[in-house]
Amino acid sequence: MSTTTAPPEQATRRRPRRAREFTAVPLSLFMWLLAALYAFPLVWFLLSAFKPGSELFQYPLTILPEHPTVAGFEKAWDRFDFFLYFSNTLAVALTTTVLTVVASAMCGYALAKYQESRWIRVFFVCVLATTMLPTEVILSPTFLVIRDLGMYDTMAGLVVPSILTATGVFMFRQFFISIPDDIIEAARIDGAREVGIFFRIMLPMSRPIIMTLAIFSFQWRWNDYVWPLIVVGDERKFTLQIALRSIVGAENIDWPLLLAASVMSLLPLVLIFVVFQKYVMNEDINAGLKD
Amino acid sequence: MTATAIDTERRTGPRQRPGAARRVRYRYAPLALAGVNIILFGVFFVWPGGLGLVYSFTDYTGIGDFDFIGLENYEKLFGDPTFYQSLTRTLLFAALSVPLMYVMSLTIASLLVSNHTKGKAAAKIVFFFPWLISPIVAGVVWRWMFGESFGFVNYVIGELGADPLAWQTDPDLALMVVVMAGTWGGTAFNMLIFIAALKNVPRAYYEAAEIDGANAWQRFRHITLPSIAPTSFLVVLLSSLGAMKEFAMVQALNGGGPGTSNTFLIQYIYETGFQRADVGYASAVSMVLLAILLAIALLQMWVNRRRAA
Repeated sequence: MSTTTAPPEQATRRRPRRAREFTAVPLSLFMWLLAALYAFPLVWFLLSAFKPGSELFQYPLTILPEHPTVAGFEKAWDRFDFFLYFSNTLAVALTTTVLTVVASAMCGYALAKYQESRWIRVFFVCVLATTMLPTEVILSPTFLVIRDLGMYDTMAGLVVPSILTATGVFMFRQFFISIPDDIIEAARIDGAREVGIFFRIMLPMSRPIIMTLAIFSFQWRWNDYVWPLIVVGDERKFTLQIALRSIVGAENIDWPLLLAASVMSLLPLVLIFVVFQKYVMNEDINAGLKD
Repeated sequence: MTATAIDTERRTGPRQRPGAARRVRYRYAPLALAGVNIILFGVFFVWPGGLGLVYSFTDYTGIGDFDFIGLENYEKLFGDPTFYQSLTRTLLFAALSVPLMYVMSLTIASLLVSNHTKGKAAAKIVFFFPWLISPIVAGVVWRWMFGESFGFVNYVIGELGADPLAWQTDPDLALMVVVMAGTWGGTAFNMLIFIAALKNVPRAYYEAAEIDGANAWQRFRHITLPSIAPTSFLVVLLSSLGAMKEFAMVQALNGGGPGTSNTFLIQYIYETGFQRADVGYASAVSMVLLAILLAIALLQMWVNRRRAA
């Protein structure tokens, strides 16, 4: 591959400092232009949510609302049962997150530290296969399984099937592989039991992974559409995403309501992002996904 | 403890691996730790997967009895123009969105690790933000932008003196909006993966190339791209699998419309299985989609291995 490298050109042979600064301006401009492109749809959306209904479709459009109002938000709160859907979603997301973290940590540890067992290695391949063969694809049979288990229209139906995630298991497995076995051996010599070693020594060590997976899991569950769609039938048990979809699916979309409710549905994740930024955007942990 | 000692002695042989004693000792601990996930795997992956395979050979409607009808569902499927339309539309979406996603995430990641750009920390937050947005809300955001008679984009086009475009009623333009929205939503995560990979390329390579007079493009082409090849493989694999099962975002963006022109496979499965209650037929579509996903994964692994060799 390297044989095709062109012979050095005299002009570019030595790049003085000036040339470096010269490239900095267009590159930064380009980056910020892209950033503006990525930010604009959301900024426009956010600003529109504060416009009164009459202003939304009034030409000429203005970027900033001329008469800012929170009427849409009030409507979402009063007439759309926002709080009900919000608390439904919160309950499902929090419960699943706790269970996912615990189950993934235990499973990831088993996959990392007991690799002598053949079935452990086989099960690891099975877990990986769940990313290739996701549940969305087998919607109808999954629905029938949930129905036959008596989980249709229950909170358990929303929570239990989402506990196993390949990504979560994988993150913990990668982390525990990096922990030296000596620590375990030492604990064993001191007479600790296997499960005790995991809960008392290994689990506390994996705090950064716990945080990252908890945030990921909460985001997955908060934003999930497919599971609630097939599991929930009763309108009182809708999650936010299903409820939002029901506004979009209406014959005449109530845009002021839709905009306001959508913006409000983003708040918990934005809050989590602001507080736990270093865990969310930590690319070193995400990179563990690739191995 | 004593039991282990006896075990070790008894099992001593010429081909004994050092860890063999452990296999006997810790049989229950791994089972206890992985047990929950093993049960979940069995109940929510193997069971529905197996049921799906069985149902795909039946005329099951979700209730009552069903008869085995052999390959009839599959025969019907391969003669069904709506299935072909849905399949080709999904493949077209994947073919358009995966390269765009790859280029955008790699470009943005490169800019975010470059020494020449200013304001990287703030820009990273901007690029990452769409990750927080649910597919449903992302669909709503883009629907709002590309509304035919009220959207911002058509307003700008109108102001520039051109005719507004039919973003909702023209099937191909509607697909373009879906591609843009999908790329917008998926860039953040792939960008993070690329940033990690780019940071791991040894700086010495670039310095050596610079001394040899390689320009920025040559350095990117001959150092960066080969060094991040495994990550590129991962990103392409994950994005193609993601594209093939795109569903929620389209539901909110245009519901697979106009009409049924942009109905992707998952939506097709959902509609046949739940609205038409044709579980047998939907299961057959599921099995075909599973085969496609598996083929994509195996093909890409094969290409990746051949390039590495």
